[in-house]
Amino acid sequence: MTGPAGSGLGFGRRVVVVRGASVSLRFGVRTAVICGVLGLAALAVGVLALGTGEFEVPVGEVVRVLLGGEPGPARLVIVEWRLPRVLLSLLIGMALGLSGAVFQSLMRNPLGSPDVIGFNTGAYTGVLVAMMFVGRDYYQTAAGALVGGLLAAAVVYLLAYRKGVQGFRLIIVGIAVSAILGAANQWFVIKVNLQTAVAAAIWGQGSLNTLTWDQVLPVAVSVALPTALLVALGPRLSLLAMGDDAAAALGVRTERSRLAYLVLGVALTAVATAAAGPISFVALAVPQLARLLTRTAGIALAPSAVTGALLLATSDWLAQRVFAPTQLPVGIVTVSLGGVYFAWLLARHARGR
Amino acid sequence: MVSLRPQPSPKQPRQPKRTERQPAGGVAATNAGRSAWLGVCLALLAVACVLSIVIGTKNIAPNTVWNAFAHFTNTDDQVLVRELRVPRTALGLLVGAALGIAGALLQAVTRNPLADTQILGVNAGAGLFVVFAIGVLGLTGIWSYVWFAFLGSAVAMVLVYALGSAGSRGATPIQLTLAGVALGAVMEGVSAGIRLLKPRAFDYLRFWDVGTLAGRPLSIAGAVAPFVAAGLVLALAVAPSLNALALGEDLARSLGTNIARARALSMIAVTLLAGAATAAVGPIGFVGLMVPHAVRWIVGADQRWIFAYTMVCAPVLMLAADVVGRVVIRPAELQVGIVTAFVGGPVLIWLIRRRTVSGQ
Repeated sequence: MTGPAGSGLGFGRRVVVVRGASVSLRFGVRTAVICGVLGLAALAVGVLALGTGEFEVPVGEVVRVLLGGEPGPARLVIVEWRLPRVLLSLLIGMALGLSGAVFQSLMRNPLGSPDVIGFNTGAYTGVLVAMMFVGRDYYQTAAGALVGGLLAAAVVYLLAYRKGVQGFRLIIVGIAVSAILGAANQWFVIKVNLQTAVAAAIWGQGSLNTLTWDQVLPVAVSVALPTALLVALGPRLSLLAMGDDAAAALGVRTERSRLAYLVLGVALTAVATAAAGPISFVALAVPQLARLLTRTAGIALAPSAVTGALLLATSDWLAQRVFAPTQLPVGIVTVSLGGVYFAWLLARHARGR
Repeated sequence: MVSLRPQPSPKQPRQPKRTERQPAGGVAATNAGRSAWLGVCLALLAVACVLSIVIGTKNIAPNTVWNAFAHFTNTDDQVLVRELRVPRTALGLLVGAALGIAGALLQAVTRNPLADTQILGVNAGAGLFVVFAIGVLGLTGIWSYVWFAFLGSAVAMVLVYALGSAGSRGATPIQLTLAGVALGAVMEGVSAGIRLLKPRAFDYLRFWDVGTLAGRPLSIAGAVAPFVAAGLVLALAVAPSLNALALGEDLARSLGTNIARARALSMIAVTLLAGAATAAVGPIGFVGLMVPHAVRWIVGADQRWIFAYTMVCAPVLMLAADVVGRVVIRPAELQVGIVTAFVGGPVLIWLIRRRTVSGQ
């Protein structure tokens, strides 16, 4: 283990390097500490969410039940009803944070997140089409969201392409395509009966209300797989974020890596969207928040994942508790928090110039 | 106020690269030509009005329309004309002019070719306050919630402008657009929350939300007409100052323009126009984006002509979109806000893909 103090080159950050037989790991102390703190905070919010609700359970009791307590009403409420939702909020938050980090690194623009470039509106269109013509069960909805989101993202990317994709043009094209699809969505919502319309509108805001244990395993597997691949790809993302030439000079096959990251980023967003609906602004805000907290130069994956989990778990808890007994969709909380953050980002960006 | 002839920017002769841009004159370069074209547009407007009254789920013969006013005998068709089609057409005229001029004003004041009441979040602000009035306070009459619409559009505009012009370089088109989109998303999110918390309001609002001219009695058009008229008069009054402002702030000031007053009057006009339109028919986007661009192509850069043309052409677009909405999925109807978004989205993409977007 070496620190920069001994190497003579000071980067102003303490770095720990672990060298094994085939793998070596290098991480900043601050990043690791922040990740740990955020992870603990996410767990704490999870325990808090497990304990609060119509049926209040003290924190000690929650921990005892989780560690394998005796069957009883507390166990039923906590494990059967509340645990899947908390787990999914952590998982989906993680997926959104990761996908936001991937997209923003690839686009090299803090605004290049999947919700800005039309993925969400397209997914909503896909779900409405699926609800109207196929059916309303989980897998049909999920398939609709996936196909719709992918198509929308592809259309936005192609329309914005003109000798390369420029960030501002991508965003405006995303707005335009979202407007067109949004009009289609509104038309669908009027066409269907009130019950389907309300269901679609709740899905369209992004909500964890309907999730049960049935979805935990599929979501966990489909989040874990791309995450593992991201870890396996190693530091290529931050090299790509330095620009194609620099990355190629440092030994990255840029086109291949970019494609791999795109696929993984889309897969992560798709999993989250399919399970909970389009939850706006998490993928946008999280990587930047994580970057501010860890004070890294670029966008890092692990802090983004932990921050995403913490942010979504907190937002979901707020969405459930603030207007209790009415359960708000979590997307409404994230769009309010994230939008305010977005505004702040713009103002700060302006001051910096 | 100083009356100005439209002049090319004094920088242009020194920058030969820019001469390929659209000349200041547009297609109709002389005032005689512009007047003639305005006549054509007025004729189009008349045609659009007639079509809007005649075409629908049930088509009505033109002489029935005439009889509905000249010899009213209380037949079904005549009642239909007087109770449904005419109020709808009147509302289309008012709202079209209001949104078109609001867009033209925003484009001129912010010097941002992508400005529109929808894109800059003004409609969302008016919408949020109306949803609040209907959903939370339980108000339902136009006279009670129209004030909320004004308040909402004013608040949204001030916020967006403050956020978009923060920083040393002032309001760049990019920053302003992003600020509008972000705040618009927040306000739409909050109003979606209110609607979900109040299911009864949801049912009432899901039709208001899209922006439709249908099912509004003449009293609504009557209620918003004074505000729209006031906004239009203000817009025309401020147009010469906006011409000066287009030359840049320093030059405008040296020509004797009171910049702060011109901006403030424009903002008041936009508030009145967008608030009245949104209160009457719900949020309708892209009319204010498309029409001024098309008009600029005909008349060039003189704001006075742009406003005059927009006032005539925006209702044409609005009525045409409404008629198209009635025809495409007969016997059902497509709301006019949906049609304008379908048309306006591609226009926005085309604008951003153009090689030179003025102000970029």
